[in-house]
Amino acid sequence: MKRLLKGGRVVDPANGRDGAFDVLIEDGRIARVGRDLAVGADTTVVTIPPGFVVCPGLIDMHVHLREPGQEHKETIATGTAAAVAGGFTAVACMPNTSPVNDNAGVTEYVLRKAAEANLARVYPIGAVSRGQAGEQLADIAELKNAGCVAITDDGRPVATAVLMRRALEYSSMFNIPVIEHCEEQSLKGDGVAHEGFQASSLGLRGIPGEAESIMALRDISLSSLTGGAVHIAHMSARQTLEAVRFGKSHGARVTCEVTPHHFVLTDEMLAAPVPYDTNTKMNPPLREAADRDAMLQGLADGSIDVIATDHAPHHYDEKLVEFDHAPFGITGLETAVSLCFDRLVHAHVLGVPRLIELLSVNPARILNVPGGTLSEGAPADVTILAPDLPVTVSADRMKSKSKNSPFIGWTLRGGVAATLVGGRVVYVNEDAKLNLTNG
Amino acid sequence: MKKDLLGIADLSREEIYLVLETAEAMREVGRRPIKKVPTLRGKTVVNLFYEPSTRTRTSFEIAEKRLSADTLNVAVSASSVLKGETLVDTALNIEAMSPDMIVLRHASSGACHLLSRICKSRIINAGDGMHEHPTQALLDAFTIKEHKKTIEGLKVAIVGDLLHSRVLRSNVLLLTKLGASVWLCGPPTLVPPGIECLGVHVTTSVDEAVAGADVIMMLRIQQERMQGAFFPSLREYFNVFGMTAARVRGAKPDVIIMHPGPMNRGVEIASDVADGPYSVILEQVANGVAVRMAVLYLLAGGVEDEAAA
Repeated sequence: MKRLLKGGRVVDPANGRDGAFDVLIEDGRIARVGRDLAVGADTTVVTIPPGFVVCPGLIDMHVHLREPGQEHKETIATGTAAAVAGGFTAVACMPNTSPVNDNAGVTEYVLRKAAEANLARVYPIGAVSRGQAGEQLADIAELKNAGCVAITDDGRPVATAVLMRRALEYSSMFNIPVIEHCEEQSLKGDGVAHEGFQASSLGLRGIPGEAESIMALRDISLSSLTGGAVHIAHMSARQTLEAVRFGKSHGARVTCEVTPHHFVLTDEMLAAPVPYDTNTKMNPPLREAADRDAMLQGLADGSIDVIATDHAPHHYDEKLVEFDHAPFGITGLETAVSLCFDRLVHAHVLGVPRLIELLSVNPARILNVPGGTLSEGAPADVTILAPDLPVTVSADRMKSKSKNSPFIGWTLRGGVAATLVGGRVVYVNEDAKLNLTNG
Repeated sequence: MKKDLLGIADLSREEIYLVLETAEAMREVGRRPIKKVPTLRGKTVVNLFYEPSTRTRTSFEIAEKRLSADTLNVAVSASSVLKGETLVDTALNIEAMSPDMIVLRHASSGACHLLSRICKSRIINAGDGMHEHPTQALLDAFTIKEHKKTIEGLKVAIVGDLLHSRVLRSNVLLLTKLGASVWLCGPPTLVPPGIECLGVHVTTSVDEAVAGADVIMMLRIQQERMQGAFFPSLREYFNVFGMTAARVRGAKPDVIIMHPGPMNRGVEIASDVADGPYSVILEQVANGVAVRMAVLYLLAGGVEDEAAA
């Protein structure tokens, strides 16, 4: 089975490519990338419309697939369907399921469900501590051998400095990062929104940006102490970005990610257009304009390594409650690409090659997983993007089981045209009018 | 007026004055031998209270009865919450019985906005979390206006737990809309971050806040705040921020002292101040009925029902 993607703008930063190339896919792998490739009659030729981008498959290194245990919010089948619809050929899923992914049994269950779904690749992330209880280390070698690519106690920080130290030391022998949800718990308290004018005005309990940066500074210091790699998840506060820059400039093994909602939205969304909309409640919270602008700056100047969605599906019922009682989190897989094009590329914050680094190259490198490249011989995980496609975000079209997104109804410029995993077409956006089928 | 009264934030100056003028007329009803008018006859008002409340619930109930509404009280902590029913389901069940208005008191900020989005009944906010308590601010304004004739240009000092107070937020919005100069005073641990953006002065000096004030408004200190390390002890709080007769002397000679209740005597306010000649605390309670009658009348009886149109 051979397929030629002909004439697209190929953006492959790992190989320094950005231009009009053809991509030949053969037996699920990238066979050749070159100009005006000649092919035989046994090859299906797919003409890529002008302006479309052909890039290595996008990788979302921070999603909650909710299975096992919370299948009413999302399953691995629906979550990976959302992933491929969002242009992601691979996702890394967080261990705060029920039961927690702190042993090979859960990891293998996740991988089996992912194989059954057969859409996006799924890389499980194991727990740092048994039951994510913050006391004993989980069996990390077992998790790694079963297929986990990183460890985290996401949903909360690693409970103590000494446990974080041990996790960084111990995990370094497997060359896997510790992903940290930075949040100093006593400062967070029972806060539900960013501490500042909006929260004060609405009578919502605040969470200062320093709740995040204090923990990031702890972990960066411990990374320096141990030589272990720490990855700061869903960074939201400008103080945290300063901490990461400090760590990087001092040689610490620290990387970081930001979510689309933290570089697009601010805490003004708490008040309008829908006051107390529970789809503006997430952790970390939407912060103020200065923080949002700092995130844009960090994306542009290279301080930020990754864009990840923190896709956090919640059932309709769970969000239709008082703001205080609603769970934190929003979905993100199916809106990320459109938000990135509309708010980063078309807003001239960064170019497409840098975007592909953030969404594909760097996550692959940090997690040490295949992908992030269109090198010859690599698995043909390919995303085709339509940078100018008008997209109206609609709950009806979402593949995720949950629709808890503050972006529903938004019209954005740029979207996903198609997604290929291992050379197989797993998603085609009919709006993109691409002549692509799995035939 | 809009369909609901969710907060002072939604009211224009004109609407605030309309409520205050209507309350003047309503107060006359309470002075008659037969304290009842047929204005809301046939209207059903549900007082849905998720927090214990004596003053506000009683005040609303008396106001509703004086307007001849059919009124019932639902104290939810004792019923549905224990069975796990959500606020939305409880409200929809009440709504199914076609009330005209729901008066909601709830511990979570924004609870009234949630009901406003799902209910056809008119929602009156009787206090939501740390957000707003609009009828309290309206009755405070009514009381101030009665003593000072106008609110514009007055210096109002508000002293106490600013952070957790819905009364504070509603009063700041209302008093600044009507042109008062508002001074907030409390320990820095109990000042909402960014509150100065609402156009108020913030100080930790009671004497500075009170100096030349026309109105001193005290806010309740909740004793459990010591656990959150907001201040060291009630004794120290009273020493630094308690309203004593000596501190009141810094204000204008005709200053009035207000408190939304319930008071902690000897914590935020000395008894001789609470009971003294400047105190209008019980007038506030009395005026509460008239102001709530005005709100009920304007929302349900005073205008055509544009929500049904």
